[in-house]
Amino acid sequence: MAWTWFHRLASPPHVYALSARLTPWFAWPAGALILAGLYGGLVLAPADYQQGDGFRIIYVHAPSAWMSLMVYVTMAVSAAVGLIWRMKIAHAAAASCALIGASFTVAALVTGSLWGRPMWGTYWEWDPRLTSELILLFLYMGYIALRSAIDDVQRADRASGLLAVVGVVNVPIIHYSVLWWNSLHQAPSVMKLAKPEMPAAMLVPLLMMLCGFTLYFVALLLVRLRGEILRRERSASWIREALAE
Amino acid sequence: MNEFLHMGGYARFVWPSYALTLAIVVLNIEWARRSLARARAEARRRLRNRSAAP
Repeated sequence: MAWTWFHRLASPPHVYALSARLTPWFAWPAGALILAGLYGGLVLAPADYQQGDGFRIIYVHAPSAWMSLMVYVTMAVSAAVGLIWRMKIAHAAAASCALIGASFTVAALVTGSLWGRPMWGTYWEWDPRLTSELILLFLYMGYIALRSAIDDVQRADRASGLLAVVGVVNVPIIHYSVLWWNSLHQAPSVMKLAKPEMPAAMLVPLLMMLCGFTLYFVALLLVRLRGEILRRERSASWIREALAE
Repeated sequence: MNEFLHMGGYARFVWPSYALTLAIVVLNIEWARRSLARARAEARRRLRNRSAAP
């Protein structure tokens, strides 16, 4: 009996309806948090004593970089669940992630580059953090290309799922690259809750942006998931009812 | 206001960063909506084709 919720998560009609119901509960708080974070980051936070107003790029760079990694992990875990338990919904979730993750990896790379130019004196350096983030973009692009090359959805799910799972080794490399190697990129200053290295006026807007982007991702995922479920349910009769709404 | 837009001399790095990220945020909403709309249209077409078949 305690497992019914898990079985319902594997039921397409249930997940389809649930996704539609849940979307606004993530989308509106996401919008509010992002707007508040933007105001806090651009207006309320004081200028950095070394980087001046240039540091404000952090409020778009860090959430983009966080998205690039979180979305990849979500995609890889969903793909693994789909491969192991042959669960259609999990494959549908994995397929929903790719374009979101790829686009925010581009955002992380470009905003990082725009931040690097004034602070490091260069737009690009073949630095471990930058290089491994670029490899992440190639993994997303490979995933998308592989899917679009295979017409059959089930086969595309299996092949691209395997790529997503194998590629996950890159995630800890990106995260720890700044600690393992001598990197231009600074070490993490937020993910150390014991002793944050920022005053609250700088840190709070950043945390709002990170939470806002996370909720925004869930909302996007829920919308895309419904489409991916429909693509995988060729002949189910519930689709007729779902589309009638 | 001018001072705000000037971003302490970093305007040409700060504003493009914000513009790009927000553009990607907005585009993703549009892409997700379109992806769902396309899937719904395809599903409708499949239903129609099947009910039209003998």
